[in-house]
Amino acid sequence: MNSAASRSGRWVDIANPTRFLDLAGRLLPWLAGLSTLALVAGLWMSFQAPDDYQQGSTVKIMFIHVPFAWLSMMCYTIMTLAALGTLVWRHPLADVSAKAAAPIGAVFTALALITGSLWGKPMWGTWWVWDARLTSVFVLFLMYLGIIALNRAMDDAAKAARATAIITLVGFINIPIIKFSVDWWNTLHQPASVLRAGGSTIDGSMLRPLLVMALGFTLLFFTLHVMAMRNEIWRRRITAMRRIAARGAERGRAE
Amino acid sequence: MRPCGEMILHGRGARKSGLLMRLVAENLGGERNGEVLFSGLGFSVAAGEALLVTGLNGSGKSTLLRIIAGLLPPSEGSLQMEALGDEYGSIADAAHYIGHLNAMKPALTLRENLEFWRQFGGAGPGRGRRSIDDALDAVGLAGIDDLPFSYLSAGQKRRASIARLLVVHRPLWLLDEPTSSLDSQSEQRFGQLMRDHLGDGGLIVAATHLPLQLGKSREIRLGAEQHAS
Amino acid sequence: MMALFVRDVRLGLRAGGGALVAVLFFLAVIAIVPFAVGPDLKLLARIGGAMLWIGALLASLLGLDRLFQADRDDGSLDLLIMADRHLLPVTVLVKCLAHWFVSVLPLVLAAPLLGLFMNMEPKAIGATTLTLLVGTPAITFIGAVGAAVAVALPRGGLLVSIIILPLTIPVLIFGVSAAYGAMDASAAFLPPFLILAAITLFFAVLGPIASAAALRGSAD
Repeated sequence: MNSAASRSGRWVDIANPTRFLDLAGRLLPWLAGLSTLALVAGLWMSFQAPDDYQQGSTVKIMFIHVPFAWLSMMCYTIMTLAALGTLVWRHPLADVSAKAAAPIGAVFTALALITGSLWGKPMWGTWWVWDARLTSVFVLFLMYLGIIALNRAMDDAAKAARATAIITLVGFINIPIIKFSVDWWNTLHQPASVLRAGGSTIDGSMLRPLLVMALGFTLLFFTLHVMAMRNEIWRRRITAMRRIAARGAERGRAE
Repeated sequence: MRPCGEMILHGRGARKSGLLMRLVAENLGGERNGEVLFSGLGFSVAAGEALLVTGLNGSGKSTLLRIIAGLLPPSEGSLQMEALGDEYGSIADAAHYIGHLNAMKPALTLRENLEFWRQFGGAGPGRGRRSIDDALDAVGLAGIDDLPFSYLSAGQKRRASIARLLVVHRPLWLLDEPTSSLDSQSEQRFGQLMRDHLGDGGLIVAATHLPLQLGKSREIRLGAEQHAS
Repeated sequence: MMALFVRDVRLGLRAGGGALVAVLFFLAVIAIVPFAVGPDLKLLARIGGAMLWIGALLASLLGLDRLFQADRDDGSLDLLIMADRHLLPVTVLVKCLAHWFVSVLPLVLAAPLLGLFMNMEPKAIGATTLTLLVGTPAITFIGAVGAAVAVALPRGGLLVSIIILPLTIPVLIFGVSAAYGAMDASAAFLPPFLILAAITLFFAVLGPIASAAALRGSAD
């Protein structure tokens, strides 16, 4: 068997929800362990990092705020890929993935907004300003909630998946707007400093803990995502089993 | 007029007062959307008796039941329940009504639905009021009480509706096509439940075009002359 | 009666997340205000209380048309009307309270957060939230009348809003003026606030009675 065939075979295997549950069961302890390690290390490094000469110790909010903001966008990107998976490839796990990711993404976005707000109060003197970056992230938060509401409003999982997939794809235009809002408009929010052409403008002593924290939160995201997908598969199985039970009661009565 | 002459004890149906409940309609007329469906209708149903209302589609069977239930006003005539007692405030209050719809919430489980109607119906006298398990058992739905109502088949939903008749006691049962979507076995069971209710001194007014397994019952046929014209 | 409250709350939480939609609508309404009037923080702070009231008013109208229609669709409404052992206005009152608890109370709880978006002072946020807490039940009670009148209409949602919006204007007037009374030293807080509470109590009586009459008439 050549390697391409075996790879595609494995891919189909994972598509099978039972195989996925199996894999998830084995993967989860590792994911959870690694994310704990990275987060502990990241936190320790964050507290070791020097204070900013202008911002003082409030700069430490950055170590959680920036990962939250990154993840809020990454989660939406994952949902967009899953939406493509639902609409184009009709992958059986795609809508499970999208549905499971939405609440996690909403929470990370809310955390990014809250930590940003806490950081903004001492820096800018106000909890909230309506500038391009903050507003576009707020719109992202609303979109997450809208997608969750739309998905919950429909009983039929397949129809709900298609509808949310379409909305998710349409909403993806917001992601580049968020990313480049600080460059396109003159805003209060600082411009990109880590990922930018011409190298990072942030000092290594701050960058290292930030990257470790980002890694930790990314691992945490995947841990939660796999757990939520597993729950969703289990929930669908329970629904199917209950429908069978309703019919089974009839058969039992007839005998 | 009190039915003093009817002091014959009828099964366990005799009320403490010694008077029989009796539903009396005089010169009753019903209309829907301005169209007169029936008029000059008179009947009486005493405790332990069943009245079958038959007729073609659109002859006013459902309208008559809804008038008795107090959901529609009669266009003429009067409707009275004799010896209603203090327990019930009105005919509607003394009645169970099964309409075309099952009055159950799809998002709640079967048990939650029945529990709600049992509590909403009021504790009342313990007589004839069965526990939910008992009622579910009587209609053959035991064991699936924790399923959401929407998961049930049409026949199971109808039987859940019938279970509602059992969890709270009401002397008068108003049944509008109660056996729709029931299979023959469930129909027989339901026939037994109705006979039990009559034997217990209950009253039944049922609109149907299928024979109910009631044994002896009276029948009025609606709408013959309207459709002849 | 407690059973009815529990059932309606349970349904509100379980079926489709109507509360979430109302809160989202509230969020969205508040979020578009700065785009319309410009991101001037002083201006936003000044109109914040009024905007929160308008947003909450519109959001609380959202699910109102389903208040009795859901019960009518599955036949429960007939049985609720038939149960003469419970006074029908009391039944309606309980349904209103359950609806308020599930669909409107989350709006009141979200209001302080949105007050931050509008750059409002803590005191103003507190006062606005308090007036919303006291005033929004009146909107639900008034809305119940519209919902009962339009119960037989298949798409009565918009009609309900049109019917009851004019009736909610007194609630809005006193709610907003109480909110401003707390912000502005020259205006009084307590008199409009007490009138607001009186309006709520008044409609807690009138709304259910009128709705009950409409529901009895609607049966067919």
